[in-house]
Amino acid sequence: MKRVKRRYLAVQLEMDGVPSEKELMDVIWSSVVKFYGEVGASLTRMALISFDTSCKIAVVRTSLEMLDSVRTSLACITGIAGKGAVVHVLAVSGTIKALFKKF
Amino acid sequence: MKRAFADLHLKISQKDTNLQRTLQRAANFGYTYISVPFSSEPSTEEIEKLSTVCKSVGIEPVLRIDLYPRNENDLMNNLRRLRRKFDVICVFCGSKDISRQAAKDRRVDLLNFPNVDYQKRFFDRSEAELASNGFAALEIDVKPLFVLDGPARIRFLSCLRREIMLAKTFGVPLIISSGANEERFMRMPRDMASLSYLFGLGVNEALNAVSANPLAIVLRNREKLKSTFIAPGIRLVKAGSTS
Repeated sequence: MKRVKRRYLAVQLEMDGVPSEKELMDVIWSSVVKFYGEVGASLTRMALISFDTSCKIAVVRTSLEMLDSVRTSLACITGIAGKGAVVHVLAVSGTIKALFKKF
Repeated sequence: MKRAFADLHLKISQKDTNLQRTLQRAANFGYTYISVPFSSEPSTEEIEKLSTVCKSVGIEPVLRIDLYPRNENDLMNNLRRLRRKFDVICVFCGSKDISRQAAKDRRVDLLNFPNVDYQKRFFDRSEAELASNGFAALEIDVKPLFVLDGPARIRFLSCLRREIMLAKTFGVPLIISSGANEERFMRMPRDMASLSYLFGLGVNEALNAVSANPLAIVLRNREKLKSTFIAPGIRLVKAGSTS
């Protein structure tokens, strides 16, 4: 079976307050679903790896083939849990270790 | 070589008290060139003030004016008056006649169309052909992607996809700008490029639309504005004495 290549994205949240992990992932999923539909969303194999609430930096895993779609969906987020929010992608890497070296 | 990124349409007011903060934010995002457009002919003090603020945060300011001509004559008059004063001239095309005239005039750098009124997006086959013969590039603001929702956004994306296909066919350069009038609509350059995947641009084309294409316009026009410029490819190297 072909191995699925993954990519890890470090994302910085810019908003007042700190959302819960569930709120964060809900908004990312809904953005992906809004732009690429449920089939597209299922192909992303997205998962939240970590979320540092002190500096509001999250690490999100996705499949390489849907990386561009996930990145686009992240850039389109304008609010989390009813509060205005912006999500910036700080770095993208193939391993978590290399990701933390990048920013 | 590291890419230099440009946002040629940061639509904040020159009189905004947060101007410095917004420009600082743009600098932190990694932009090298930023343009805060003027909507009417500015005074020298206004230009100097903007340049000072930009330079204080480490950004190269690009002087840009947005023209909203009433008719073709108005457009021509404005171009004649303003071309040698600005790095970039953008024409907001409110009618088909204006858009056609703007596309074929080599003094126009950017063509922009109303974002919400789809009947007034005149970038069709003829427009693309005219623009490809001139120097005009098609500017696309990404702000509507954040403010529109549902069917309006679908229609907007559909229009953009059609326009981009035409621009690619005829070789019209594309510029992706934020069009942001608030900080929350500003995005990092690579995030802005990634938004253009939604309307059919590839990775390299998207990155060029926020770096190489806007820079080419700015550098070309700055070269023309130099006193040593004579014609494209010809410049004064040394002036001899008359005696």
